[in-house]
Amino acid sequence: MLELDVAYHGTPRAILGRLSLRVTAGERICLLGPSGSGKTTLLNLIAGLGVPSSGNGVRRDATLRVGYLFQEHRLLPWRTLRQNLMLVGAAPDDVDSLLDRVDLAGHGDYLPDQLSLGMARRAALARCLAVEPDLLLLDEPFASLDTRRAQSLRDCLAALLEQRPQMAMICVTHDAQDAARLANRVWYLDGCPAQLRWDERLEHADDRAAVVQTLSRLAEAI
Amino acid sequence: MSVRALAGWVGLPTLLLAWWLVAGLLDSALLPTPGAVFDTLWQAQRTGELWHHLGVTLRRVVISFFLAMALGTLLGVWMGRSRLADDLLDPLLVALLNLPALVTIILLYVWFGLIEAAAVLAVVINKVPNVAVMVREGARSLDVRLEQMADIYRFGRGRRLVHVWLPQLAPYLMAAARSGLALVWKIVLVVELLGRSDGVGFQLHMAFQVFDVATILAYSLAFIAVVQLVEQVVLRPLERRSSRWRRVGEPHHA
Repeated sequence: MLELDVAYHGTPRAILGRLSLRVTAGERICLLGPSGSGKTTLLNLIAGLGVPSSGNGVRRDATLRVGYLFQEHRLLPWRTLRQNLMLVGAAPDDVDSLLDRVDLAGHGDYLPDQLSLGMARRAALARCLAVEPDLLLLDEPFASLDTRRAQSLRDCLAALLEQRPQMAMICVTHDAQDAARLANRVWYLDGCPAQLRWDERLEHADDRAAVVQTLSRLAEAI
Repeated sequence: MSVRALAGWVGLPTLLLAWWLVAGLLDSALLPTPGAVFDTLWQAQRTGELWHHLGVTLRRVVISFFLAMALGTLLGVWMGRSRLADDLLDPLLVALLNLPALVTIILLYVWFGLIEAAAVLAVVINKVPNVAVMVREGARSLDVRLEQMADIYRFGRGRRLVHVWLPQLAPYLMAAARSGLALVWKIVLVVELLGRSDGVGFQLHMAFQVFDVATILAYSLAFIAVVQLVEQVVLRPLERRSSRWRRVGEPHHA
């Protein structure tokens, strides 16, 4: 569904080095790596926000619908949640059920700034779902949420992924546990300029345990 | 009433009192008392002359104000978003900003004759650069993160303009409208004085010929009152509406 080819990217200093990626339907990828290694930059390239300084860039199906959950909610602060959802193409009748799916039933007429961080992020997730994405991009979806809210968002996501098995997902995260729970493939980005050090598929439960161990070791090493 | 609420009512009455005292002491036709000015105003109102000239001037103000805002906004957004357009037009803009209003007016009257179109065009040319400069500042500071969001969700031009750009440009447009209204009506009076045969500016001109200070003050005060009314009835409520979302800041939920 999507291919990305980068020779290098970033000026004046190259942030990303040689990269060649391929994402197919149904893949749930967790992208890990130390802070500042270029994870968000890579995600933006995949989303089609900008082209690499050198390389073929992103090639994707013309009809590919992308939902992108940014680190900040990036809802329009001057529009209610209902208006925000309708602006990306949600039908008026679907708004309430979309909000319901992220546990925000009855909040359609709230402005984004009236919500807490966790609620606003869920509202932004509802907007991602409103476009019925083939590819869902998540940039640190659990960052700066307390354990309970992070857990409820994680459950919410797991349920959504189960509902749409064909949807591909790329999730940037720090946490090896997230990878173990959500992913069936793991990327590890590191170095300067950054390259993919690791591209593993997680097929079985023992794979997962091993991956979590390795990732935790990597995380501690930094 | 609090001290602050009272403070607003000190300046103007004091001025009125001082005027009344000085005029009474001088007892000269060159500085009529507030009462005499009000009489003149009342006379002009009764004959309908005041309304006719106020109406004509107001029409010119409204037409040139909207033309200038529309053109200035287009120009400002274009220059704010496109580096090339900015490089291309910036020197022109600086030149226009520094062109005296009087020069534009005289040149247009000389070239096109003493006609209505020349009068309005002169006002518009004087105002457009101010609007463009202010709106350009706004267009330059549009939030990149919301732009990316609009790219991802494939917002078309119209949708982007109305829902992403306009709310961000609103404070700049309000500032431009405020200063615009004040500037436009002053220039309209000059335009009328130099080349039209109706309007407040024309009446001021006639009164000046015979040193009729009461009429000059009467017409000036009447038009200032009209502009104040526009500010209170149109601009303030518009501003409150466009910035309503800012006041919800405090989260309702923990």
